[in-house]
Amino acid sequence: MIYLQLFFSFLMIGTVSFGGGYGMISLIRETVLSYGWLSEEEFLNFIAVSESTPGPLAVNMATFIGSSQGGILGSFFATIGVVMPSFFIILLIAALLKNFMKYAGVQAFLSGIRPCVVAMILSTAVTMGLGTLFSVRSVDDIGSLLNPGLSSEAVSPDYKGIFIFVFLIVLHVLWKHFRKKTISPILMLLLSAGLGVAVYGVL
Amino acid sequence: MAALLEHEFVEKKKWISKEEFMDMVAIAESTPGPVAINSATFIGYKTEGVLGALLATVAVSIPSFVIIYLISLVFDRFLSLSYVAYAFRGIQVGVVYLIFSAGIKMARGLKKDIFSRLILAAVFFLMTFFTLTSVSFSSVFYILICGFLAVLLYLIRTACGVSQTLKKNKDGKGGNDL
Repeated sequence: MIYLQLFFSFLMIGTVSFGGGYGMISLIRETVLSYGWLSEEEFLNFIAVSESTPGPLAVNMATFIGSSQGGILGSFFATIGVVMPSFFIILLIAALLKNFMKYAGVQAFLSGIRPCVVAMILSTAVTMGLGTLFSVRSVDDIGSLLNPGLSSEAVSPDYKGIFIFVFLIVLHVLWKHFRKKTISPILMLLLSAGLGVAVYGVL
Repeated sequence: MAALLEHEFVEKKKWISKEEFMDMVAIAESTPGPVAINSATFIGYKTEGVLGALLATVAVSIPSFVIIYLISLVFDRFLSLSYVAYAFRGIQVGVVYLIFSAGIKMARGLKKDIFSRLILAAVFFLMTFFTLTSVSFSSVFYILICGFLAVLLYLIRTACGVSQTLKKNKDGKGGNDL
């Protein structure tokens, strides 16, 4: 049943998603792709909308994915699922484990999780980048990308997408250098929307 | 966001003390789940017990739920406009970039010890390799294994530390300098 699937999937995500915001993206991606709920492109669209609306990314994603799979009830179950672990864990700590952060074991556990979550975020970004920009989704695709003649399957880099990606990197670096601060995510998304229209629509 | 919360709940409403607030930020950032939800549950509990926690958590989720649900109703129709579809192709690239730069920024903030670097490199290569070879290995396992390894390392270090201290004590030099 879709409601139970949504509930338990997001319950799992809520339970292990350390590192806030982007920390849960690899978990959500795995879940939606393995159930076939969303394609990679749809998933990226959902992240963009969740990132540019108020509220925590995880709750926004849960509501969005829930709604796409099971209407309002789907959203409801997915959102409850992702929020519930937070609720009980914090309640437990606030009520019973007053010195939770001072336990050496807890600190040790977290010191292992931090680099792990960062690695997961970077790996997810790299695989998503390979997929969207180079349509490389498996090791075989890398081979056919390097030797286009050998394979019958078309693996074609999206040059327009690569152009946008490089443009964003250059802009980000220059901005940091001259303005001494980073560009807000929403501004970045607006900019890439404009570039998308210009590059895919006009050219 | 922390500054906004502090102004509202510590200075204006005086629901929790400055010290409790600092505790809350540390806990909310180190436990699983969104920081906003964790903070809401914590402040709710400190002010009005379990019922307060429940109400605060539900309240902080409602705006997200309503806004995103409404957007999800019209999103497909919106995407079927050709220029919107072009914009979203650009946005998809932008999202990949955002995640990538967030990851790099977080990597720079990590502790620079060998253990952190090893975990970072190992998880990155394993996960990328498994994804590209379609080996299904849930991210949950990476998290649990890394947490477990870190605790194990800590236990080994403490065990070594304890035996060293004992030795020093026997030698009459005194411990406690570890």
